[in-house]
Amino acid sequence: MLSEMIRQKSFAVSAIVFVALLLAPSFLPRFYTYFLTVIFVTALLAMSLNLCVGHGMLFQFHHGVFYGIGAYTAGLLLAKTHVPWWIAFMAGPLAAALAGLLIGMFCIRLNRLYFGMLQISLGSLIWAIAFRWYSLTGGDDGIHGIPLPDFISSTASAFYFVLIVLGVCLILLYLIIKSPFGSTLQAIRDNPERCAAVGINVRRHQLKAIVIATFFGGVAGVLFVVMEGSIFPDLLFWVLSLEIFIMCLLGGWFTFAGPILGAAIIVALRTFVGTYTEYWTMILGIILILLIFFLPEGIMGYNYIEKFRAWSKRNAEGSAE
Amino acid sequence: MLRVEELHKSFGDFKAVNSANLMVEKGQLVAVIGPNGAGKTTLFNLITGQLQPDDGRILLNEQNISELPPHEICRKGIARSFQIANIFPRLTVFRNVQVSVLSQQKLSNKLFHPASQIAVEHTNRILDSVGLLEKKLDVAGSLSHGDKRTLEIAIALGNEPELLILDEPTAGMSPEETRTTMTLIKRLAAEQGLTILFCEHDMKVVFDVAQSIMVMQQGTTVVQGTPEEVRQNSEVQKAYLGGE
Repeated sequence: MLSEMIRQKSFAVSAIVFVALLLAPSFLPRFYTYFLTVIFVTALLAMSLNLCVGHGMLFQFHHGVFYGIGAYTAGLLLAKTHVPWWIAFMAGPLAAALAGLLIGMFCIRLNRLYFGMLQISLGSLIWAIAFRWYSLTGGDDGIHGIPLPDFISSTASAFYFVLIVLGVCLILLYLIIKSPFGSTLQAIRDNPERCAAVGINVRRHQLKAIVIATFFGGVAGVLFVVMEGSIFPDLLFWVLSLEIFIMCLLGGWFTFAGPILGAAIIVALRTFVGTYTEYWTMILGIILILLIFFLPEGIMGYNYIEKFRAWSKRNAEGSAE
Repeated sequence: MLRVEELHKSFGDFKAVNSANLMVEKGQLVAVIGPNGAGKTTLFNLITGQLQPDDGRILLNEQNISELPPHEICRKGIARSFQIANIFPRLTVFRNVQVSVLSQQKLSNKLFHPASQIAVEHTNRILDSVGLLEKKLDVAGSLSHGDKRTLEIAIALGNEPELLILDEPTAGMSPEETRTTMTLIKRLAAEQGLTILFCEHDMKVVFDVAQSIMVMQQGTTVVQGTPEEVRQNSEVQKAYLGGE
């Protein structure tokens, strides 16, 4: 099953990048190791959302909730119980997928924009619980200093752990998108009516996609706990959901790796521009405007080679005249 | 095989289908004719579940299917094409047909196995039978109108239907393309023993190929019979054939 994937050129490139990243903490300052870890976690979150948005055209407007549920489940189990770490880590994605199933069952009856609106409402309920239930969740302070197992307690070891989990998840997501399931999901995106007419239960198929996407969103939530050792209600706030939605659009929502690029750009903007000015979101706004006008399918969705050929051909014709 | 009894469907005050009756026997090539707005497409949409009837019954092999959603009706053995080319424009020709083959073989939910290696031979065979094999890697949206319509039929064939419903398969086609398509339909019926129900504008085409013709007017069935019977029917002559 992996054989076809391994034969591809892009896989070789990814493998080289992966190995180079494995070496990164040994020569990078601690801050940059941490910065890369943030990108990895955010990239996985955006990739999981893109299964719905880019490959399924499901307007999952409040994906951050499932990230938060993953993080809170793992974080609360580690902080308040004595269960082994690996059970807490497994529980995060499972809780997120269960929430995805429950919320999805209601939302999936609605179309497009209404789907997204209902999801924001239901998601905000969960945010309100995390925000207000002080005795359990620590309310708006969240919980800090969550005890982590020794082997991932340092910045470098957290980096390795996150990178390896990200690598495994990306391979799984790739296989899912290329599988009959993913292929059918993309067909539904293009033409749900036709899919129903060839015998596909469209809503059920979409619901499965949501459950898978929220599972991986939950994995990203657990990785957040590994990285930060804390949880707070901002993880479930709709602003974050909007941000990851933008990452998908920015990087290229009809491509596989686009959201990774989108996540890297936005995290970098927030980290570096955010230290100079509180108005970094203004720059984000300008980027968005440019994006809508010039690259509606995102940075990686644009066929640069073809456009360059067309451009150079036009130039050649122009100079010949 | 398929029996439609006293079917009714209104949109507001407009009675799109008003007492339609239809019989399709196994192995037959049946045509529905009627002027624009006679309710042909609505009738087909009712049969395949895109619309729900207000009244009346649709029986497939003596089983009532009139309340079922489209995907379940498809599972019972009815596949269809649409009047306006209804394909997956972003996917390749091959994957367009593969979607329905995977659905038919109940493989749509398979995870972790590359779709490019599943049901390849079967999909290729269908593409070959309609003459689209050479274009299998083209993006479906870039095909010519005629090829898109043929692809529609190929998608429907992926479901290995007992009954194939074609909604104006030659709409918008050149005379040349119309001939090719009708030859294809005749050949599919003969070679694969398919039962085909289609509606059509072109009288000549219909009387050439159909074994049974149902005439509709203002949502109502005027008559159903062999081409000869229909031609002789005085009501049809007055309302339809004479008017041309």
